[in-house]
Amino acid sequence: MKILGHKPTLSAWFGLTVMAIFIFVSVFTPWLAPYGQSQNVGGTWDEPSMAMLMGGDQIGRDMLTRIMYGSRMTIGVALAITVLSFLIGIVLGFVSAVLGGWVDVFFTRLVDVMLSIPGLIFALIILGVFGSSIPVLILTIAVLDSTRVFRLARALGMNLTVMEYVEAARLRGEGLWWVIRREILPNAWAPLISEFGLRFCFNFLFIAGLSFLGLGIQPPYADLGGMVRENAAAINFGMMAPIYPATAIALLTVSVNLVVDWMLSIDARPSGAQAEL
Amino acid sequence: MSKLILNRLLLGVLTLFAVSILIFVCTQILPGDVASAVLGQGATPEALVIFRRELGLDVPAHLRYFNWLTGALHGDLGVALTNKRVIVDEIMPRLANTLFLAAYAAAIAIPVAVGLGILSAINEGKWSDKLANVVTLTAISLPEFFIAYLLIIFMAVNVEWFPSLSTVYKDMPFAERVYQTTLPAITLTLLVAAHMLRMTRSSVLSVMSTPYIEMAFLKGAKRRRVIVRHALPNAAAPIITVVALNLAYLVVGVVVIEAVFVYPGLGQLMVDAVSKRDVPVIQACGLVFAMVFVSLNTLADVLVILVNPRLRHKR
Amino acid sequence: MSDQLILEIKGLRLESIAGNVIVDNVDVKVNKGEVLGLIGESGAGKSTIGLSSMCYARAGVHIAGGEIILGGTNIRALDADGRRGMRGKRIAYIAQSATAAFNPAHTLMDQVCEAPTIHKLMTRTEAEAWARQLFKALDLPDPENFGDRYPHQASGGQLQRAMAAMAMSCRPDVLILDEPTTALDVTTQIEVLILLKSLIHQYKTAAIYITHDLAVVAQVADRIKVLRHGKEVEEGLTSQILHNAKQDYTARLVAVRGAAASERAAQGTVKADETVLSIKDCHAYYGTFHVVKGVSLDVKHGETVAVVGESGSGKSTLARIITGLLPPKSGDIVFQGKPLPRSLKERTKELKQRIQLVYQIPDVAINPRQSLMEIIGRPVEFYFGLGRKEVEARASELMNLVELPQEFLTRRPGQLSGGQKQRVCIARALAARPDMIILDEPTSALDPLVAEEILTLLRKLQRELGLSYILITHDLDVVHRIAHRTAVMLQGKFVAFDATDKIFDNPEHPYTQKLITAVPEMRVDWLDEVLAHRKKAA
Repeated sequence: MKILGHKPTLSAWFGLTVMAIFIFVSVFTPWLAPYGQSQNVGGTWDEPSMAMLMGGDQIGRDMLTRIMYGSRMTIGVALAITVLSFLIGIVLGFVSAVLGGWVDVFFTRLVDVMLSIPGLIFALIILGVFGSSIPVLILTIAVLDSTRVFRLARALGMNLTVMEYVEAARLRGEGLWWVIRREILPNAWAPLISEFGLRFCFNFLFIAGLSFLGLGIQPPYADLGGMVRENAAAINFGMMAPIYPATAIALLTVSVNLVVDWMLSIDARPSGAQAEL
Repeated sequence: MSKLILNRLLLGVLTLFAVSILIFVCTQILPGDVASAVLGQGATPEALVIFRRELGLDVPAHLRYFNWLTGALHGDLGVALTNKRVIVDEIMPRLANTLFLAAYAAAIAIPVAVGLGILSAINEGKWSDKLANVVTLTAISLPEFFIAYLLIIFMAVNVEWFPSLSTVYKDMPFAERVYQTTLPAITLTLLVAAHMLRMTRSSVLSVMSTPYIEMAFLKGAKRRRVIVRHALPNAAAPIITVVALNLAYLVVGVVVIEAVFVYPGLGQLMVDAVSKRDVPVIQACGLVFAMVFVSLNTLADVLVILVNPRLRHKR
Repeated sequence: MSDQLILEIKGLRLESIAGNVIVDNVDVKVNKGEVLGLIGESGAGKSTIGLSSMCYARAGVHIAGGEIILGGTNIRALDADGRRGMRGKRIAYIAQSATAAFNPAHTLMDQVCEAPTIHKLMTRTEAEAWARQLFKALDLPDPENFGDRYPHQASGGQLQRAMAAMAMSCRPDVLILDEPTTALDVTTQIEVLILLKSLIHQYKTAAIYITHDLAVVAQVADRIKVLRHGKEVEEGLTSQILHNAKQDYTARLVAVRGAAASERAAQGTVKADETVLSIKDCHAYYGTFHVVKGVSLDVKHGETVAVVGESGSGKSTLARIITGLLPPKSGDIVFQGKPLPRSLKERTKELKQRIQLVYQIPDVAINPRQSLMEIIGRPVEFYFGLGRKEVEARASELMNLVELPQEFLTRRPGQLSGGQKQRVCIARALAARPDMIILDEPTSALDPLVAEEILTLLRKLQRELGLSYILITHDLDVVHRIAHRTAVMLQGKFVAFDATDKIFDNPEHPYTQKLITAVPEMRVDWLDEVLAHRKKAA
């Protein structure tokens, strides 16, 4: 079977299937979950049973239900972050590439300085001052991540701006937005889509990491990173409780990465290392 | 060439200044009224006044920045809001711990990752390369705490080879220290090595596709010679850049790892400060982390300049 | 195998990893001390055959069948070490781009001495002495110390010669020369060509000379083999191929170079009293660099004016000045009797429409993601504000004008050949109903036969639509075919500007003379004549 004209590899199939399951579950969680989000069903860290397929969490709620709601929340937030960061990064990146001049210099220098502080540290600084509400989280991480998208979009834009068909359009007198929309963007899609997948994974892990530190999504919202944190103590008793949400995170990220890797390999040409001697 | 290096060093210093301004702006200017932002809606007017006085917010912004910066340059980063301790005294030992952990991980990760990355590139397309691709792809997809907990379960709880909490203290014997920090170091290594391997591999691959590599083969050189004498000298620069970039991942990973293993490092301090909204400590930690980061990047860029034959021998 | 045969390839078959056939059952025979020219257009497979004779295939290509016999040994049957032992030692390669073929991290001497030392033919000291001898023979500056330079410290022409030294370092039996002078300027090309020919003759090396330029190969080769789409078309002695070609395709390749002054003169399109464009004393700068120094030019209605020069002469800059991309510091430009604003921003839509530009490389001149209808239709829509139906009608008209089938309108550029893409570029220029078209090296990236068709099309359009052309090129042949008047440009100045006939028949300026005599003609003894001429002059 082909997808968009190319045949996926085995690992890509695995990735696509897992992604599809996650998306489906996250969208239809309220109808699919066995129990309510905060419903107390059993005892602390109960073993898995027919009633609770993954056992209980640290205060006896159904782990499976919590994971479904947690995925919904974490995926939703990570998606919002990535979409926002792409909007900012692509617009500023292309504008800088096409206009050049002081606009380009200003944004490039600003991004350089922002990238001189490690992302997590910068996020921590902002969260330390503004608190960890969901809008702040989304905005902060989106702005931070947009720096990388900016760099990519700008590099793509600069490669494309020197193409003669872009010059031909500008000679006609086409406006800036027309040039970006009709000449540059259609030729930049492929690398941008793979980058979207990669950034989504990164942001997903980032949000989970922040929640794990207690600085991300705050209770009562269920979220995968926070669940790892809440259930962490079970490790010392040899119980697997925090492993379930951690595995959920790992599974989704691995899947997206496998799919992106497959997409990138479609266009790849064999390198000189494979010459026939 | 020395001019180029001096320029780069100057750029590094300027970047540090810009970074310090950025940190200051984010913590003290952006929130508007820092007091209400930090203390929240429910703060009483008296609490707000006390807070402002403590932080010196009645002084205009640029003076505050100037005071803070000059203080920092003299080794005085102020006093913590929450427990009134001198910040520098808190930071120093923890910075040492964090750097120790990072160095431990880097010492293992860099040679392993770069070596395997080069091997992978040489064997492109073969099953060993494909296997490496899948393994590293999985490794970079796993959250740090996942790897950490797995290691704890298998190495500390099921078999008690290593402690699950890493307690280190001042004047600890070196061997003991190494033992205590082994699990966190391995976790960090796994994380960073995977990224480094992938990036090294693609750098070497792009060098392998150049016409001068083909020319070397056409002269009848053996594969090993082509790689060692022709490819590697040109891959050195991109590999150095790759290593520097990944030391950044190291900084990020360190913070979470310290939380999992309850390791007394700078990351722990910063996370605590953030949850307690202790602004001076947050500023100080941010500045120190940024300094380490900028210095590493500057060092990497200088090395890249030194390695470039075009710059070593002028026209 | 005959006593004389040094290299014999039987039934060579090359395939891509996808299974497409690149080279189909080709035989090659080269005798000792003989030069075989391998001629063909792009895609003919000549480069791939050259590499295969060393039993080497680039990534993505696979040697599927055939025997490769070098000096009596079938090297394809040897093991990997045996094959490796041949390369560089008994058969050596000279690549097209010398700047890319040298490792930037090592000195030239290191790389020239590499082959003899790894094949254990000479010690390092012996290899260095031999290298210095070769440098001297190849006329490189300061031959004793030239090897100490790094590649970035030498010019393109010097590197090409250094690469020849590198290839000769083991005194191979066969040399493979893969388009060795294509990337060089016309005047440098002839110098390198002379040196290569003398080198081959001095050491009695056999050689395969790969190129698409029949006139160049005629100067060096004893025999010529013509290739097309991976198959052999014809083979014979050089003089026979040039004067007595058996196959139609070969005859067409030969005829392409013939001067067609008659075609041009018969045009009669020029209206001498109407001047379309006039430039007076124009100066332009890139930053502080003085690129164009006091150029004056005029173009009449229906005329083609060619601006000839080598790279760095400033001719492309002239095109940018006229289109408004680079405003000149001083000088007057008058278009259709009215002064033309210097920068693009100041020009009205109407003015922009009247001067159009056609680029050199059609692949990057049109957006690969747009259909032909969009590419050609957009200028119509933009300049004239027409509705959908009218745009489509006009697009059909334009396709007819450039002789492309209507059904191509829904296709994308990726599905077209180089020549077809260039026709699309011309159609796009015509869509604006211009008075003047500036053609920047319009045929340089095309194969000779395709280029011929494009020039014919341009002449036809000039007749039918009364267009004026400014043609920027380095190719004197193109100038012959289409330009009424020619300007010769050197380092930012015009050294000659006159009717084409006058310039070619009676070159006054020494640079013009140098330029004209450097273009190889389709005669076997042309190079020897030039050499004799130069010896006399010295």
